[in-house]
Amino acid sequence: MAADDAKAVLLREGSSMYHKEKSIQIKNSASALYNNLCALRIAPRRLTYFTVVHANVVNMVSASWDGLNYSHRQLQSKEPNVATSTSLIMQAAFCSLPSRDLLVVTSQKGIQVYESDGSIMVYWHALDIPETQTAQAMFARGISAVRDSYICVGISTGAILVFDVPSKGSNITLSDVLEGHKESITDMASECCGGEVCIADLVSADDGGNLCVWKSGEEFKLLNHIPGFDISCSSVKLWKGTVVAGYGTGQIRLYEAVTGILHAEVNAHARWIYSLDIAPYSGLLLSAAEDSLVRVWHLTMTPESQSVEIAHLHNECVTDTQICGAKFCDADGYAFAVTGYDLSEIIRYTQS
Amino acid sequence: MSSRTLPLLFINLGGEMLYILDQRLRAQNIPADKAKKAGWIEDDRRRVMNDIITTMFNKKFLEELFKPQELYSKKALRTVFDRLAHASIMRLNQASMDKLYDLMTMAFKYQVLLCPRPKDILLVSFNHMDAIKDFVKDTPSILSQVDETYRQLVEMYTTLSSGEFQLIRQTLLIFFQDMHIRVSIFLKDKVQNSNGRFVLPTNGPVPYGTQVPGLIRMFSCAGEEVTRRQFSNGGNYTAALREGSFEIFGDRVTKLGTNMYSVSRPVETHLSGTSKNSAQHTKVNVAPNPLAKEELNLLARLMGGLEVQKLGNADSGFRVNLFSTDEEEEEALISRPDDLLYGVINIQATKDQQANAELAKIMGEFTESGDQSPSSISKGDDLLAMMDGL
Repeated sequence: MAADDAKAVLLREGSSMYHKEKSIQIKNSASALYNNLCALRIAPRRLTYFTVVHANVVNMVSASWDGLNYSHRQLQSKEPNVATSTSLIMQAAFCSLPSRDLLVVTSQKGIQVYESDGSIMVYWHALDIPETQTAQAMFARGISAVRDSYICVGISTGAILVFDVPSKGSNITLSDVLEGHKESITDMASECCGGEVCIADLVSADDGGNLCVWKSGEEFKLLNHIPGFDISCSSVKLWKGTVVAGYGTGQIRLYEAVTGILHAEVNAHARWIYSLDIAPYSGLLLSAAEDSLVRVWHLTMTPESQSVEIAHLHNECVTDTQICGAKFCDADGYAFAVTGYDLSEIIRYTQS
Repeated sequence: MSSRTLPLLFINLGGEMLYILDQRLRAQNIPADKAKKAGWIEDDRRRVMNDIITTMFNKKFLEELFKPQELYSKKALRTVFDRLAHASIMRLNQASMDKLYDLMTMAFKYQVLLCPRPKDILLVSFNHMDAIKDFVKDTPSILSQVDETYRQLVEMYTTLSSGEFQLIRQTLLIFFQDMHIRVSIFLKDKVQNSNGRFVLPTNGPVPYGTQVPGLIRMFSCAGEEVTRRQFSNGGNYTAALREGSFEIFGDRVTKLGTNMYSVSRPVETHLSGTSKNSAQHTKVNVAPNPLAKEELNLLARLMGGLEVQKLGNADSGFRVNLFSTDEEEEEALISRPDDLLYGVINIQATKDQQANAELAKIMGEFTESGDQSPSSISKGDDLLAMMDGL
């Protein structure tokens, strides 16, 4: 079977698929937020940027591939009203568009867009905060670049803001507001199949476990709505037309995006899933949860049954740590990185 | 983040405080010069507990607490608990108050982290409430206040979604970030490592609503299960226990939030330096800045409901020591690491002119007459007078 072959290819008898590398120290510990690690590979300069959120600060570290140079930068959340309360950051994510890479930071007050090295803020969008504090929390969360020129950001009201991004400069404009969700957006992801033609461009997830599948354009179109079961979907990915969703119950589900057909259901973790990532060239899937475990899986498309299969490959236990971020460092899944609550390091693993 | 976090933080920390004080009051040696009989001491203890619980569940105070709002800073919350701890004739020195607060916060941090589901934080809160109810079961007036709070908790929290509870949990975890104070009882029970981090077991029952990891099911397009596979989950998990009760009465099932102290298990902390570089504590403000004006306003409204016990003469109050000896207590105060200073507001010591001016302005907004009596419950309580009582 395809899955067993993959396992055989990647494993030698008696050895482990991945081994731990030297960690990268960061200036603050990671906060317990979904998808709290982002990585951007800068091949021409042989380095990788990582971002980890700590309360109202984004810790950026630039790590050279030879392991010799690390430089750090911290970005603060913006408070345009000079309020007394700090604005906590919900998420930081790199958005890769054909023309440029940007870093998007979402907080309780709004959305900040930076150049990918964090050097200059190119755009600020303030959220519509009501005068008096409401019981409903207000924040932006869920970030994704879509196709050639869009960046989409979710809001706690359930709305999704679509920004049109020029190939350079700061003339970013809000071009659309999508109303597909009634509950707070948790995560969003765009198709990462790497160039193949796909019908669905974007999937969004909310606190009720509901998933919306979109087609991008001047006006985004809702292709499908996959209902949830009142369990929050904290992390979502889209690969070759398949939605991979991680839930608070520790389950991972694979859906066909456009039809909503359930392909697979995995009792993957013993606690709330905090992060999913896919290595698009190899179909490797990474899942991480509060249960201290990071698991590596393999996704295979089976054209005959028009379905997707999932096989388990590997476990890593980060002792006594509630993991909050896990990302592959490259498109093949040769290496991945992990962050945990209260941990001031980025732990790295490489294939043996 | 979540604007519904403060009531849970307050009630759970308050509950832990009561457990610790109750244990210390029982364990404390009676000073020879007091020459009290055993029954008297029992009354003293009950009186102290009743006074604190009455203050904690003061109607006006809780009204303010339950309003949607962001969490207070660590400094502000510590100020509220200082005030609460002095709501009776009991007195605590600085070092004992510091230690009390360390224990309270580490205990609740532990409970929040170990909660199998975010919603279980509510069960932990009910465990604390159940114990508080037991402390005052013989005093109907206070009992009714406690019952009212149960109703408010049920009304506010039982309808929240799992995602909203996770947001509350994440907000609490940011509040507790980077706190790694070692607690003797946790070290002994092996729930905390010597580096101050809690043990997160990869065995035991899974949370209610979660399946034991290990099963992969794959389906055909028609929805039929076509394959089942097992994988090794790297742990030793068992099926979930039954769900705890979210009602005013009921079996909470979880032990988190129940009283872990007893007379034979004294409370001790080891103050380890928690950070290797000061850059880690970007949030801990040890500069002598007073609270931001907005926070002072909130605090004033909140504390307007808290009476301070004015002692007639110094002898009628009695001191509680969280350490084994007075010398140990003194030593703890001197040797407390810089990064663990709570920076409790001492308005009189503030040299900052601007801060004093701000405070005077706030005072001006509240004071109606020259009456400085701190025992008045009116909202116009003098802020400085309240602070002076700390």
